[in-house]
Amino acid sequence: MIPTHSHWTPLLGRLGPDAIPTEPIVLATFAAVTLGGIALVGALTYFRLWSYLWKEWFTSVDHKKIGIMYMVLGLIMFLRGFADAIMIRSQQALGFGGSDGYLNSHHFDQVFTAHGVIMIFFVAMPFVTGLMNYVVPLQIGARDVSFPFLNNFSFWMTAGGAVLVMLSLFVGEFARTGWLAYPPLSELAYSPDVGVDYYVWSLQVAGVGTTLSGVNLIATIIKLRAPGMTMMRMPVFTWTALVTNILIVAVFPVLTVVLALLGLDRVFHTNFFTNDFGGSPMLYVNLIWIWGHPEVYILVLPVFGVYSEIVSTFCSKRLFGYTSMVYATCVIGILSYSVWLHHFFTMGSGASVNSFFGITTMVISIPTGAKLFNWLFTMFRGRIRFELPMMWTVAFMLTFTIGGMTGVMMAVPAADFVLHNSVFLIAHFHNVIIGGVVWGVFAAINYWWPKAFGFKLNEFWGKVSFWCWVPGFWIAFTPLYMLGFMGVTRRMRVFDASFDAMRIYYWVALFGALLIAAGIGAMLIQFAVSIWKREEYKDESGDIWGGRTLEWATSSPPPEYNFAFTPKIHDIDAWADMKAKGVARPVDGFQDIYMPQGTWAGIVLAGLSTVCGFALIWQVWWLAVVMLVGIVGTAIFHTFNYNRTFYIKADHVAEVEAARTAQLAALEKGAA
Amino acid sequence: MSYRGCSMSLLRAGAMSTQPTLLRHASRLGSLALLASLSACSPVVLNPAGDIAKQEASLVVTATLLMLIIIVPVMALTVYFAWKYREKAGARYEPEWHHSTQLELVIWAAPLMIIIALGSLTWVTTHTLDPFRPVSRIAEGKPLAADAKPLEVQVVALDWKWLFIYPEQKIATVNELALPVDRPVHFSISASSVMNSFYVPALAGQIYAMPAMTSELNAVLNKTGTFDGFSANYSGSGFSHMRFKTHGMTDADFDQWVANIAKGGDKDSAGALDTVAYLQLEQPSEKEPVRHFTAVDDGLFDKIVNLCVRPGKMCLKDMMALDARGGTGKAGIFNVAALTYDKNGRETTIPVIPGRGGQQADARTKAFVRAICVPDGVKTPVPADAAKLSLASPARPPLS
Repeated sequence: MIPTHSHWTPLLGRLGPDAIPTEPIVLATFAAVTLGGIALVGALTYFRLWSYLWKEWFTSVDHKKIGIMYMVLGLIMFLRGFADAIMIRSQQALGFGGSDGYLNSHHFDQVFTAHGVIMIFFVAMPFVTGLMNYVVPLQIGARDVSFPFLNNFSFWMTAGGAVLVMLSLFVGEFARTGWLAYPPLSELAYSPDVGVDYYVWSLQVAGVGTTLSGVNLIATIIKLRAPGMTMMRMPVFTWTALVTNILIVAVFPVLTVVLALLGLDRVFHTNFFTNDFGGSPMLYVNLIWIWGHPEVYILVLPVFGVYSEIVSTFCSKRLFGYTSMVYATCVIGILSYSVWLHHFFTMGSGASVNSFFGITTMVISIPTGAKLFNWLFTMFRGRIRFELPMMWTVAFMLTFTIGGMTGVMMAVPAADFVLHNSVFLIAHFHNVIIGGVVWGVFAAINYWWPKAFGFKLNEFWGKVSFWCWVPGFWIAFTPLYMLGFMGVTRRMRVFDASFDAMRIYYWVALFGALLIAAGIGAMLIQFAVSIWKREEYKDESGDIWGGRTLEWATSSPPPEYNFAFTPKIHDIDAWADMKAKGVARPVDGFQDIYMPQGTWAGIVLAGLSTVCGFALIWQVWWLAVVMLVGIVGTAIFHTFNYNRTFYIKADHVAEVEAARTAQLAALEKGAA
Repeated sequence: MSYRGCSMSLLRAGAMSTQPTLLRHASRLGSLALLASLSACSPVVLNPAGDIAKQEASLVVTATLLMLIIIVPVMALTVYFAWKYREKAGARYEPEWHHSTQLELVIWAAPLMIIIALGSLTWVTTHTLDPFRPVSRIAEGKPLAADAKPLEVQVVALDWKWLFIYPEQKIATVNELALPVDRPVHFSISASSVMNSFYVPALAGQIYAMPAMTSELNAVLNKTGTFDGFSANYSGSGFSHMRFKTHGMTDADFDQWVANIAKGGDKDSAGALDTVAYLQLEQPSEKEPVRHFTAVDDGLFDKIVNLCVRPGKMCLKDMMALDARGGTGKAGIFNVAALTYDKNGRETTIPVIPGRGGQQADARTKAFVRAICVPDGVKTPVPADAAKLSLASPARPPLS
């Protein structure tokens, strides 16, 4: 059952026939994925879509297309991560009364590790990065990000990391350590197989993408704002994106370093985190959380921005307390560096250290609370339209508040001693991540979908999804809160007789998870129905919700160049201001527009990096060296490509804009 | 099982002498409300049997109540505003109203006040409930006797079972902990291989059990009965079964229990716990039954913490003492086997040291230490069996 990798050959490294798992569930999945993959490749070939995909998407440097690709990646990985979740829930519901459930520990322990890793790194991160990529340049009146090629490269590195994680399902295995791979358990002595290597190298490959995309977006926000858009006139979403990306650039290198040290321990037998030779596992725990806690805010800050945009749009009102919102965002960003130790009060740091980190943690709840009040008072004396984005927002406000409260409960060290590592903790962070980040992403998808594709999402299936998700969440996680008070710890696979009375809670939780599954299904139907009936749901105005920020000033979907003329900004809600002043849309005097050219280099470099990661995992040294040389060589070769930009001719711009003018005129006529 | 007793005698959870009376009353009410919401069964975390856990439970309740002061109005207002200002209602609409200094002050000050209160509570309780700090009372209203000496218990998290050593009684048990009620206990906690967390919810909050380190926990159990204990930090494939029963006993029963084990008469008896028995016990295993050891080698726990139970291993403290004197110099490169502890084979696999043409090698035979710092005048003899201990070619020059 347990694969062993006792052979190392120069040609194949640790790869051998035993790398193919024998568990029936995995084999069935393998077969299904293979067949599905063949069908997909066949269909793409049959419909001659490869060239279209390559030219228009894979090699595109258009921030809008890259943003959409991030969202697609997030969605695919979300389905995988959720399949893991259902497996965890059903195993825990079945593993009672002497039953072993249906997953052995070798499989179950991989499942919960993969669930955490995938949901954070390959679902939540692509989702928020995708949103920022799509929306930020539009909101600041830019034509693209500062470094368009880098943007494409970043995306493919993230995708490469995801490919490695998925590959671990079928070739070898994934880590059995929990999503943060604490040593000594993650050290070679206690995890000798390739699982942790998959963990290390998939995150290293994806981490490069995340860090570079952070650099890119900071530069974009700092340098490419439209004239007149001072920092204090930036939309709140752009503000949260700025702080988020500063956090990314500051903390992802820490993750890179700590994983590199773990990799050195595993491959070159160094002793950074071993029990031997003065290695310090506690150092790893500190370092990983110095990345890990800001990471929480990296995920949640952008969706705070999303909620801010949605609240003010659907209340048809200016956001209450813009300035304090901005300061709250910055304060959260700064404080997020000073709380990491609250993840391990139980390591015995001593009372004063624990108190310090407990109190700093509580202090973060002040700006967070201020944000909540600001949304609340934006609703006050507003005119609230309960479209789907607003429904998600209200559900978030009610749910997130509870999650915040249970978080502060655990910020009190002595209280944390009884709740730490329990399923109460699981309930807490799902409460903030689902109730905050995931719902925020859903709100954002419903909100910006019409902008990206020019048609609205189906409301019926959206509401079905909403009403499955929100109660589903509470049914799935309230039992876990309760079980936490009964002293049930996390990551249990089977439960002995002393748990018999608690079985019902796990069944209720499973039912909640199935309800969520229905919500996900409804969402997929919502996408399908909307695409099917896209003519019916068409929005030609470009400003379907009565938006307030610049992205609504252009057509839906926006032209390749976003804005024919860079707008001039005079107020916070630039588009609302322009509408109020009746600023006329320019219809002539167009000029050539200077645009970045698509390039093959991003996907090729990321592909080489992914193969290099695979070679390092299996210790196929010759291949790793060849790939490294290939990466450096390709990068150098690419520097000789001087053909990186092109002009969209004024004639073409005029044509596009004339069509848009006609479209708007027809709309007006129809309305009149 | 404490969580099965569906009693409502839960008010005790709210009692905590360090808090003001008002809070205490509120906290009692709150614990009632919280527990009522937790179906009919009383959860052990909120209704424990030990004074420390009780104070921690009360802290959970107090913190929750403090926060509810702000959470409840926010949630209520959210629902109220969402309903009142819905489009159809046609309520007052002020699209340009977006700032109010007074309101902003309240928005920032109200949570600040709560956090000041909670922060003070945190500072005090974190110090009074520090697991390393000896208990200051037996229970509320029951002071500690002047000559009270805590019971010493040494805890070792093994793969995947718990070893409890009673150094004063010179006995040891596996997966069974017995404690006399109303007597303070001082736990010294370590682990043999990876990180675990020692947690008996009825007794006190958890603390990590880490190899090569000792953490401490001071607590007192106030009720007789049987309670659950377990590892609260995932530690590998046998983790789910890493559980033990904790028995609260009267002093007399405890003495009887100790005497029985020392005699070796009971069915769980497994003889004496000497080095060989420990090394056998330490091997990874799951679902271990309870075992009683009639005697324990002196200093076994100390050797476990110093990673030197196995004969021939150098103890961490000796290594550190040597290092403090400048290390063993070049001689040190040959004695790494004596220092290497992390075992392979827990997962029944032997990893390969790459680059040796596929030759399998045990990582225990780490080649050499890559950095050597030899201050002048420090001379340490090469261990006689150095060549035997290291499989690496001594001809290979170290990087210095």
